[in-house]
Amino acid sequence: MTEIIKLTAAQTAEKIASGELTAVEVAEAHLARIEAVDEKVHAFLHIDREGALAQARAVDAKRAAGEPLGPLAGVPLAMKDIFTTEGVPTTVGSKILEGWIPPYDSTVTRKLKAADVVILGKTNMDEFAMGSSTENSAYGPTGNPWDLTRIPGGSGGGSAAALAAYEAPLALGTDTGGSIRQPAAVTGTVGVKPTYGGVSRYGMVAFSSSLDQGGPCARTVLDAALLHEAIGGHDPLDSTSIDAPVPPVVEAARSGDVRGMRIGVVKELGGEGYQPGVVQRFEESVEVLRGLGAEVVEISCPSFVYALAAYYLIAPSECSSNLARFDAMRYGLRVGDDGTKSAEEVTALTREAGFGPEVKRRIILGTYALSSGYYDAYYGSAQKVRTLITRDFEKAFEQVDVLVSPTTPTTAFPLGERVDDPLAMYLVDLCTIPVNLAGNAAMSLPCGLAPEDGLPVGLQIIAPALKDDRLYRVGAAVEAAFVKKWGHALLEEAPQL
Amino acid sequence: MSITREEVAHLGRLARLELSGDELDHFAGQLDDIIGAVARVSEVAAEDVPPTSHPLPLTNVMRADTVRPSLTPQQALSGAPAQEQQRFKVPQILGED
Repeated sequence: MTEIIKLTAAQTAEKIASGELTAVEVAEAHLARIEAVDEKVHAFLHIDREGALAQARAVDAKRAAGEPLGPLAGVPLAMKDIFTTEGVPTTVGSKILEGWIPPYDSTVTRKLKAADVVILGKTNMDEFAMGSSTENSAYGPTGNPWDLTRIPGGSGGGSAAALAAYEAPLALGTDTGGSIRQPAAVTGTVGVKPTYGGVSRYGMVAFSSSLDQGGPCARTVLDAALLHEAIGGHDPLDSTSIDAPVPPVVEAARSGDVRGMRIGVVKELGGEGYQPGVVQRFEESVEVLRGLGAEVVEISCPSFVYALAAYYLIAPSECSSNLARFDAMRYGLRVGDDGTKSAEEVTALTREAGFGPEVKRRIILGTYALSSGYYDAYYGSAQKVRTLITRDFEKAFEQVDVLVSPTTPTTAFPLGERVDDPLAMYLVDLCTIPVNLAGNAAMSLPCGLAPEDGLPVGLQIIAPALKDDRLYRVGAAVEAAFVKKWGHALLEEAPQL
Repeated sequence: MSITREEVAHLGRLARLELSGDELDHFAGQLDDIIGAVARVSEVAAEDVPPTSHPLPLTNVMRADTVRPSLTPQQALSGAPAQEQQRFKVPQILGED
């Protein structure tokens, strides 16, 4: 049993294809693991035992019938509760969608089902993906498997924790300002924000539409690549989906050759204000890359220091508009409809009851930034900063193939520490946000434990748009070098749950 | 620039949020801090910098006007808080008079 849950997705698929394991055995092992540890971790909001076993049985039947199986057939996956799943609750971590059963699948859900992936259930998240700790979930926080009193990151803390706790070998996330990469960093797992438009947003509940991007989460770089390939590609149902083939991510993850690649260390992402152990592990990673034959140079991106400010105007502005759809009329919660109140009053009462504090803060902030008289100074200026950041990236990628930085300024902090201090919480995403503003691709992967607290540190790799394969090439190289150095994967050092 | 309790209440009304008195007090202080911090975008937002609203240079994306499968009325209404005669049932929208 223990053996099965520790396998990578690639290994699991291979063993199912060869008949060494059945998909049902694999699903049952993970469901048993969830049963054993999730009371403590709280990675899942909903476990779809029946659905998972039915899908697993279908995979086994396919194999028995001699039908071809895809590269992830029978592999279990934990899905962030932001992707719609037909017949399975989708809450987005919010009370306003409590009990909602979507009548349709997101494109990502549909693709995973077609790839015979076994969806175990839906994972916890900050409400509407707004947050960096998963504490903004209306259903209680998730614990970090490395130390259950600490944050698992956010907003996709449930997906990252499920991976680190061996509840699933694959998970799905969404990344608006770092919600895939930051949880990956603080849990010692791998997370990728694909190029904007690389993975369909159809059926992915919208937070900030020009920034939101779904992507893969896994324990290894190759597993992330396999998942990326399964969910990526053009979708006519998403008008912002890029009409281009998925970059050759699996091939790149299998190669891991960085000889001759030019790598830029972003000067503005590091140094003062960063935890010493984070800086130390980051610098070691840079040395590793140099040792593997990459050419490393320092690159300055002066506008990045304005990225956080621009993000906290753009994202709330878009969210204030996007979340207007939660009006208590067509789906979700309805409060105060006693026959005497108008539709408008019922909407206001429902939103007051159904949204948590961070969502309300951002709706109000966005409404402010978009209001006449303030629009140019705030939203308008933020859009200009977005141009400057994009230019910084363009200039940087004229000189280097990828950029690197720490994923987060610190390791996982204690639950409760920043939950009512929005500005302190926002700083968590300092290194990840510029990528979303420009629409590039980026990965976080483990690069060791900070000596002072023994908690995981993430290395961020950033590639130009549509060059996602470079992330996997560099990530695989770093991963292999570290595993060789440590003698095992980093997660092996996590305490037993 | 500071944000008052009354301004937060006004923004709440615009955003259809019936905020409580405690929330107005709490949010006013926090929003003031946040606005103070994000206002620095104006430092570099020069006249000659064009705005970027989206990472992709998109124009309207059209598709052929062909019939394809869609939700049944029953599916579309499956999450409705109230329904009647295959329609969403909503509280009154217009006043009595």
